[in-house]
Amino acid sequence: MSSKKTATYGLLIALAFIFSYVESLVPIPLPIPGMKLGLANIVVLIALYVLGSKQAFGLSVLRIVLVGLTFGSLFSMIYSLAGGILSCIAMILCKKTKLFSIVGVSIVGGVTHNIGQIIAAILIVENRGIAYYLPVLLVTGAVTGLLIGMLGAEITKRLTVKLNINNHKCN
Amino acid sequence: MKRNDIILIIAILVFAFGTIVFFNLTKSEGDKVVITIDGKPYKTLDLNTDTTLNIEGEDGEYNLLVIENGVASMKDASCPDLICVHQSDIHFDNETIVCLPNKVVVEIESSESNEIDGIVN
Repeated sequence: MSSKKTATYGLLIALAFIFSYVESLVPIPLPIPGMKLGLANIVVLIALYVLGSKQAFGLSVLRIVLVGLTFGSLFSMIYSLAGGILSCIAMILCKKTKLFSIVGVSIVGGVTHNIGQIIAAILIVENRGIAYYLPVLLVTGAVTGLLIGMLGAEITKRLTVKLNINNHKCN
Repeated sequence: MKRNDIILIIAILVFAFGTIVFFNLTKSEGDKVVITIDGKPYKTLDLNTDTTLNIEGEDGEYNLLVIENGVASMKDASCPDLICVHQSDIHFDNETIVCLPNKVVVEIESSESNEIDGIVN
C-alpha cells in the first residue's frame, strides 16, 4: 500500500465512524426496528472500489468495534457484526463475479446486511416469528442499497481521479 | 447501472413478495371468537360451531354476529356507517372486526399460545 492509500484508509475509517455516530443522532421514525439508511455502508463500498477487498473488510469490522465500544453496547455490537460481516463478504464476492455494477453490489450489501441482522436476532431471541420482518427488510435493504450505490458510484469516480489510484491493481 | 442490477432488484422484489404471500398462506387458523364491548369481555364463542348472536348494547344498539362454516362475519348492525358489516369474513388468528360506534370488537383467537404475538408486544 502506498502512503497515499494508507492515509485514505485512515480517513475512510474516521469517516465511517462519524457517519455511524451521525446516524445514531438522527432517529428516523420507522415502524420496524433495524430499519436505517446505513450511511456508513457508503464508506465500506467506496473502500471496496478505491482501496480493495481486504481494506473494505478491515474497515467494516474496525468501524463496528469502534462504534460499539464508544456509543453502543456489546449486545448491539453482535447485531452490527452479524450484518456488517455478512454484507461485506457478500459485496466482495459480488464484485469479484463482475456481474453487477457498483449499484448492484451495494444492493446486495444492503439486503445481506438486513438478512445477517435477522439471523442474529433469531439466534439470540430464539423465536422464528422475527422472520416475518424479512420481506419488509429485504425491500428496504434494496432501496437503501440502491441510493447508497448511486451515491457511491459518483464518489468513487471522483475519488479515483483525485487520488490517482488505479483501482484495478488492488483487487 | 447494468442490466444485471435491474434483474437483481426485480429478483429481490419478487422474493420479498413471495415471502409475504407464503406467510399469509401459512397463517394459523384461530378457533375462538372473543367479543368485547368497550374493552370489557362480553362473550367467547367457538368458531367451529355455527351460531347467530345478537350483541346488544346498553342503549339499544345491536350487532348481529353470524358464525357459519368456520368463519365469523357481521350481518347487521345499528350503527350508521355499517363498516363492520362490510368487513370481510374473519377466521385467521388475531383477525378482527371492529364496530367503532357501538365499541364492539370481535377478535379471533387460538387456544394455543401464539409465538409471534409475544414478540410484537
